[in-house]
Amino acid sequence: MSANVVALAYLVASVFFILSLKGLSSPESARRGNLFGIVGMAIAVGTTFTLTQNWMLILGCIAVGGVIGAIVAQRVQMTAMPELVAFMHSLVGLAAVFIAIAAVNNPVSFGLPEVLPQGSKLELFLGTFIGAMTWSGSVIAFLKLSGRMSGAPIVFTGQHLVNLLLAIAMIGFGLWFFFDQTTNWTAFAAMTGIAFLLGFLIIVPIGGADMPVVISMLNSYSGWAAAGIGFSLGNPMLIIAGSLVGSSGAILSYIMCKAMNRPFLSVILGGFGSDSGAAAETGDGVQKTHRSGSAEDAAFLMGNADSVIIVPGYGLAVARAQHSVKELAEVLHKKGVTVRFAIHPVAGRMPGHMNVLLAEAEIPYEQVQEMEEINSDFSNTDVVLVLGANDVVNPAANVPGSPIYGMPILDAHKARTVMVVKRSMAAGYAGLDNDLFYMDKTMMIFGDAKKMVENMVKALQ
Amino acid sequence: MIGEIDPVIINLTVFVLAVFVGYHVVWNVTPALHTPLMSVTNAISGIILVGAMLAAGPAETDWGVWLGAAAVVLASINVFGGFLVSQRMLEMFKKKEKKGNS
Repeated sequence: MSANVVALAYLVASVFFILSLKGLSSPESARRGNLFGIVGMAIAVGTTFTLTQNWMLILGCIAVGGVIGAIVAQRVQMTAMPELVAFMHSLVGLAAVFIAIAAVNNPVSFGLPEVLPQGSKLELFLGTFIGAMTWSGSVIAFLKLSGRMSGAPIVFTGQHLVNLLLAIAMIGFGLWFFFDQTTNWTAFAAMTGIAFLLGFLIIVPIGGADMPVVISMLNSYSGWAAAGIGFSLGNPMLIIAGSLVGSSGAILSYIMCKAMNRPFLSVILGGFGSDSGAAAETGDGVQKTHRSGSAEDAAFLMGNADSVIIVPGYGLAVARAQHSVKELAEVLHKKGVTVRFAIHPVAGRMPGHMNVLLAEAEIPYEQVQEMEEINSDFSNTDVVLVLGANDVVNPAANVPGSPIYGMPILDAHKARTVMVVKRSMAAGYAGLDNDLFYMDKTMMIFGDAKKMVENMVKALQ
Repeated sequence: MIGEIDPVIINLTVFVLAVFVGYHVVWNVTPALHTPLMSVTNAISGIILVGAMLAAGPAETDWGVWLGAAAVVLASINVFGGFLVSQRMLEMFKKKEKKGNS
């Protein structure tokens, strides 16, 4: 195929990628969007085959990767989506590094001059370090999300200074690589090694509940890494696809930060919050009292209510309670109770996490509402059932001076009765006591979310 | 004129325009589908597979080719895993739809 035909085929593939993302604007067109993405990828890969010689090797490798990918996609639990996504970001990062190394080793096979021009060196430098940081950062995110590593932030003194010095050193080696007339492997290897290290160091201080931001940011990085490789290879399709992914991740990071009312920089600098939450601090030294009840009490109250709003949080995902919740919603619905779900943008560990879990349980999506849609309805709702959420319903967000002041919250405290299913009185991620738990109209139900919801269903039947 | 322009500038033009397109398209994605958006973009960033294939492409096999082959495996996991898991998730949203309409 001539270079022009290849370029045109790549253009068609790029258009399909854009249509793919456009399809996600509504659930009706989303599956078609995904299909467009597949078509685009097939065109891109098919066209690239005409430029390569080792067909058997490449086909074999695609088959191996394809089988692994298919098995993983088939087996993964919906509650484990954040881990899977982090895992896949890491692969893109590592692949980018491998490609960049291969390009430095043999530029001719990529259509680059035998001796790399400075422009290509700069692009390879960018692609490599973004790729390397994406890989190591995603590995840490994966370990934290899957519980193989504590979600607590790891902080030490001089952390930011160390990172800064490493970043300067990395750029220094990059410049050495850039200005050297020959291909300087020492500089390239040192630069890549530091980038890997930096990726680890940047993610370790970031705590568990900031993961929605981290995962979106790494999503963005993986796109920029692909775009960087696209620049190195002079391939507009890689640039376009990479930029789409990069801007998508950046927008998601922005939305997540906004939903927590925290500047992006402060999230990235990390050190906020802890893993399980320390014992609740009473602050003024006065022992506040809370009312606790049983799942049966809760069932009785909900059974007699006109309207119930359920607020799911990360606790629901941990307990894998989504199917029990669906049963609860059905039983209540049969009793003539209006049941809706209120989703806070940062509920869970990744953007849209709760929506997917509820979708998996086949809860009709018109019952599932976003914060802006439902917030004004809390004041005329009989019962709010908070399942494993904490900071997103903390009225302290409305109190000036509170660490979470200004964070948009679900106004659960405005409902007539509030019921909170929680494992203990421990503070939430932000380490803050939640006044909602001590209100007169609040009933605490201590226990595992799934078990408690199952008990409610039993009591209602 | 186009012949005199450094290809890097042309790439930069493509890049900036693509970022704008991405920005506008992604703001229209409904929040309920943010997780599928991530898995789809994950699959799309598997486009790096194209670069990996070029690295694994040359007939004379040196270590660079093997590195490229490894990258092909990694990127393929992304492409297949990303699209398939998105499909699986989006099917769930479909079931809900039918139920809602009936």
